[in-house]
Amino acid sequence: MGALTKKAAIVGVAESDLGYTPNKTFLQLIAQATKRALDDAGLTIHDIDGFFSAGWTTMESMMVAEYLGIRPSYSDNTMPGGAAFEFHVQHAAAAISAGLCDTALICYAETRLSDRKKGIAMNFTAGSPQEPEEQFDVPYGLWVPIPVYALSAQRHMYQYGTTSEQLAEIAVAARKWASLNPVATMRDALSIDDVLASPMMSTPLHLRDCCLVSDGGGAVIITAAERAKDLRKQPVWVLGCGESHTHRSIAAMPDLTVTPARYSGERAFRMAGLGPSDIDLLELYDSFTITVLLQLEDLGFCPKGEGGRFVEGQRLAPNGTCPVNTGGGGLSYIHTGMFGIFLLIEAARQLRGECAGRQVRGVKTALCNGIGGNLASSGTVILGVD
Amino acid sequence: MTTDYKKPLPYIHDETRTYWEGAKNHELLIRKCRACGAYHYYPRDLCPSCFSFDVDWVRASGRGIVYSFTVCHRPARGFEEDVPYNIAIIELEEGIRMMSTVVGCPNADIRIGMPVEVVFDDLTVDVTLPKFRPVDS
Repeated sequence: MGALTKKAAIVGVAESDLGYTPNKTFLQLIAQATKRALDDAGLTIHDIDGFFSAGWTTMESMMVAEYLGIRPSYSDNTMPGGAAFEFHVQHAAAAISAGLCDTALICYAETRLSDRKKGIAMNFTAGSPQEPEEQFDVPYGLWVPIPVYALSAQRHMYQYGTTSEQLAEIAVAARKWASLNPVATMRDALSIDDVLASPMMSTPLHLRDCCLVSDGGGAVIITAAERAKDLRKQPVWVLGCGESHTHRSIAAMPDLTVTPARYSGERAFRMAGLGPSDIDLLELYDSFTITVLLQLEDLGFCPKGEGGRFVEGQRLAPNGTCPVNTGGGGLSYIHTGMFGIFLLIEAARQLRGECAGRQVRGVKTALCNGIGGNLASSGTVILGVD
Repeated sequence: MTTDYKKPLPYIHDETRTYWEGAKNHELLIRKCRACGAYHYYPRDLCPSCFSFDVDWVRASGRGIVYSFTVCHRPARGFEEDVPYNIAIIELEEGIRMMSTVVGCPNADIRIGMPVEVVFDDLTVDVTLPKFRPVDS
C-alpha cells in the first residue's frame, strides 16, 4: 500500500444549484454545496478542521471560510486551475494522515454565466503586466482558453493523424451520458456531424469541442479512515494520488501533445498499486475534446498517438467499453470554470451506486484526473470502494 | 507605424529590455547559458535548464519552423477587426519555441513544419514585434 492509500475517504459530496443562478453569489453557492455535502456525510460544520478552497478572488479561502464560519487548523489554497480539487484531495489525505486535521472540506463555486450576462465577467486574458504570458504571448492575440487548446489539438493532428471526427466522438459520448443525467445542462441528441457543423472557434476546435460556461459549484468532505467507517454513506477510499505541473504559458509546454497527467497518473497508479486495466470508470477533465484524448494517452489507457482511434465507435459512451465522464462532463453537464470538483462528485456517486439511469454496473474503482491552466497542471485521484 | 495602436503592448522591464531593443533594431536576440550552453525563451536572467545566472544575449538566426498554429475565429481583446487571424508557436533553429504569428501568407496556407524566417513589425515608436513569414525550403 502506498503512502496515502486508504488513510482517508470521501464521505460526503454535493453540487450547489447548477446552470444559471443569477440571484446567487458564488459564496451562497459554496454554502449551499457545503450544507448538502455535510448532510450527505451526516456531519456538521463543527466537524470541519481542514479547509481547502480555490478560486479567483483575492484571498478567497479566507473570505469563504469567514462566510461559512470556519476557523480551520489546516488550510490549503493551492490553485493550479481546474485541477485544484484533485490536488486538494492529495493534500487533504496527507494532512489527515499526518494528524494535522481530521475532517476536510473542499469547496468551490463560480457564477461565470450570470457574470457574463450581467457584463461583470472577469477578464481572464488580462493578468498582471509582469506575467511573461502578458509580455510575450498576449501581444500576438493569444487569449485563453480556446486557442491554447487548439494549438495542442492541431499539433496532435499533425503528429498522429488525429481527426476532427475523432474529437467529435468525445463530445457525442459526453452528450449521451448527459441525456441520462437529470441535472445536466445539454441533454438533446448530438451527432458527429452536429459537432463538425458547429461554428469554428479556433482551428481545429468547433464550438461543440468546447465546454459549457455555467454557474455552480460543489463540495467534497474527506475524513480519516477510522471515522469514515461510522458515517452515513459507504466510504469512498482514496487509493492513490499524484500531481504535477510542467509549465504555465502554452509556448513553454515541453511537448504540446503530452500533459503532466503522464507524471501525476504514474504517481497515483504507483501509490494505489494499480494500473489502467484495474480502473472501472474514468472521470477526465473535459474543458475541450482534445483534453480528454490527451489524458487517455498520458494516463496509459492507450499508447501516445492512439487516442483518436481509441475513442472511435463511441467507446466512451454509455454501453461503451471505457465509460468516461458519466455525468456528461464539462462538455454537456456543467462547466463553471474549474470542473475538477465535479469529477470527484460524480466518481463518488458512481462508486456508491447512486447514479440511477446512468449508473455503471459493478464499479469498484474510479480514476479522476483534473487538468488546469493551459494544459499545465494535472492532479490524479484513484478512488475505490470495498 | 501608428501612434493610436489599440492592441495589448508588452510591459518592458530591465530583464527584457535588451530583447525589445533588439527587436527595434530588427534583431531577434535570445539568451544562451554560458554554463551549460542551453538557449531559452522567453528571456530570463537565469538559465531554466541549469539555474545558472551566467546567461548571454546572442543573435538568433531568425529561421525556424511552425511548431503549431491556430486560426482564431473569436478575437482577443483589441483584435476584433483581425478575425480570423492566426497565432503560431515557432520553433527556432536554436531549438527553442516562441509565440508569434505568421504573416505574408493566407491563413489557409499555414502548415506545421513550414519553414519561416523572422520579420519585424514596428507597432509603435517603442515596440517592434517579431513575426514570421514563410521561406522556400
